[in-house]
Amino acid sequence: MTATLERSAPVRRTPAVALTGVHKTFGSGPSAVTALRDIDLAVAPGEFVCLLGASGCGKSTLLNLVAGLDRPTSGTLDVRTTRPSVMFQESALLPWLTAGRNVELPLRLAGMSRKERRARAEELLELVRLGGQAAKRPHELSGGMRQRVALARALAAATSVTDADTPGLLLMDEPFAALDAITRDVLQGELLRVWRATGITILFVTHDVREAVRLAQRVVLLSSRPGTVVREWTVGANSERLHEEITARLREVITSHAA
Amino acid sequence: MPLDLERQRPDDAGADTDAAAVAGLDALDTPTVVATPWWRKLLSTWLPPFVALTLFVVIWQIVWASAITSEFKVPAPAAVWDEFAATVADGQVWTILWTSISRAFIGFAIALLIATPLGLLVARVAVVRAAIGPLLTGMQSLPSVAWVPAAVLWFGLTDATIYFVVLAGSIPSIANGLVAGIDQIPPILPRVGKVLGAGGLTAARHILLPAALPGYLAGCKQGWAFSWRSLMAAEIIAAGPLLGFGLGAYLKQGSDFSNMPGVIAAIFLILIVGIGIELLVFRPLERRVLRARGLAS
Ligand SMILES: Nc1ncnc2c1ncn2[C@@H]1O[C@H](COP(=O)(O)OP(=O)(O)O)[C@@H](O)[C@H]1O
Ligand SMILES: [Mg+2]
Repeated sequence: MTATLERSAPVRRTPAVALTGVHKTFGSGPSAVTALRDIDLAVAPGEFVCLLGASGCGKSTLLNLVAGLDRPTSGTLDVRTTRPSVMFQESALLPWLTAGRNVELPLRLAGMSRKERRARAEELLELVRLGGQAAKRPHELSGGMRQRVALARALAAATSVTDADTPGLLLMDEPFAALDAITRDVLQGELLRVWRATGITILFVTHDVREAVRLAQRVVLLSSRPGTVVREWTVGANSERLHEEITARLREVITSHAA
Repeated sequence: MPLDLERQRPDDAGADTDAAAVAGLDALDTPTVVATPWWRKLLSTWLPPFVALTLFVVIWQIVWASAITSEFKVPAPAAVWDEFAATVADGQVWTILWTSISRAFIGFAIALLIATPLGLLVARVAVVRAAIGPLLTGMQSLPSVAWVPAAVLWFGLTDATIYFVVLAGSIPSIANGLVAGIDQIPPILPRVGKVLGAGGLTAARHILLPAALPGYLAGCKQGWAFSWRSLMAAEIIAAGPLLGFGLGAYLKQGSDFSNMPGVIAAIFLILIVGIGIELLVFRPLERRVLRARGLAS
């Protein structure tokens, strides 16, 4: 059975990620910042969801909560997968390890043998168009190349924990924002390909409507200050119209803050 | 579940042009490094200190030849060299050096064993930091000679006195270096470790310690300098039959016998060992660590 067939089955299974009435407030007293208010969001196993919103609307905060790096102030958060894999906004490579070793690290921590993980790392670097660069140190790579190593590392982590019942969960925080258009296009294609091949669940944060519409099955729009879910769309055949519709709505949300 | 990512790769020409375009962008974008030839590096490292040393000896020779002060206070460079050559000829210099260097190394090794867990504790446990953090910093500015009288009273004229002074001198530097190294870790790295599945000791082994390594090494370097310095102070002040004859004792003996060439030869030896260990051990280690991270050229 291929991954595609599996996915076309109705997504009524227990969600991989479920947030119910989640609030997040930073600090306390008069200086407190409410970053998220009353967020309800469910992501089905194997689903690809894009969180869309303007800068500062709490996208990273939401992702950190799901990643377990921070706790919600109130509300419940249910993550039913093995440990989520995260790709941060910055590449966050370990500067003392080569590109290859950075990709290998999650596999090493998962207990994979040296030979196996080396082969896997090389395969993943190939995938992000960095074949043969495993020996390079992060400082010898350009910003875009580092970001791609980070993608390979996140994929290594997400796919190393995948098993048949609980697909891995990949959380991505504007991973391609700093890349040039050509590279971004290539990597978006590769990400979709890996997703189809592995059946992992992806929660992808972006502020780029076109990117959201291209990648996601479902686009969730967040408003700003505090972040709440404004609307969500299922991406169907007519992506051009959807793009226009979402852009219009996003513009509306942003403009309301000018007042 | 092993995945076959290769299988999913499209075989059409589109993938090839993609790859070529990305490779082209990478080539334009990659930081370039200009390599300097090894001999030029060697020359630029060794020539300036060599010239400085030569100049120093020349000026010394001139001062001696002009006889501004008595021969007793400023002996001729040649007289110091003769004194030095004599200790080398009868093999005495090797036992002196061995006594001091082995003490310094053993003391430094013990200091490492104590200071490393201590530094980890201070850096990671808030109560410990509040309790002894300031003390540790303050200890660094306390000259370790100050410990010698107390140590002599506690341990008598034995090796224990010497090692106590060396430890008192080097432990604060090493521990503080580790604390500074850990404090300077970018906050994103522990988070990365956490999401990659490293916790507790695994996180310390794979994230915390390697990330803190530059600061730790700087602390070790300073700790070595302090342990060498403290050792010399201890050897000069605490002399006795139970104690081996090290460089400090050799210096003291020169002074007791009013043997100025001997005193100067001893001072040079102390300097040479201190600088030599720094250049042969710590400098290369530090450079390797920093270069691997792109922090030094
Ligand atoms: N650790 C923090 N302390 C205080 N305020 C924070 C913290 N992290 C985020 N915020 C605030 O929460 C809001 C949402 O931030 P963030 O999630 O980073 O937005 P986004 O990723 O959508 O750009 C912002 O107003 C930001 O200033
Ligand atoms: Mg963000």
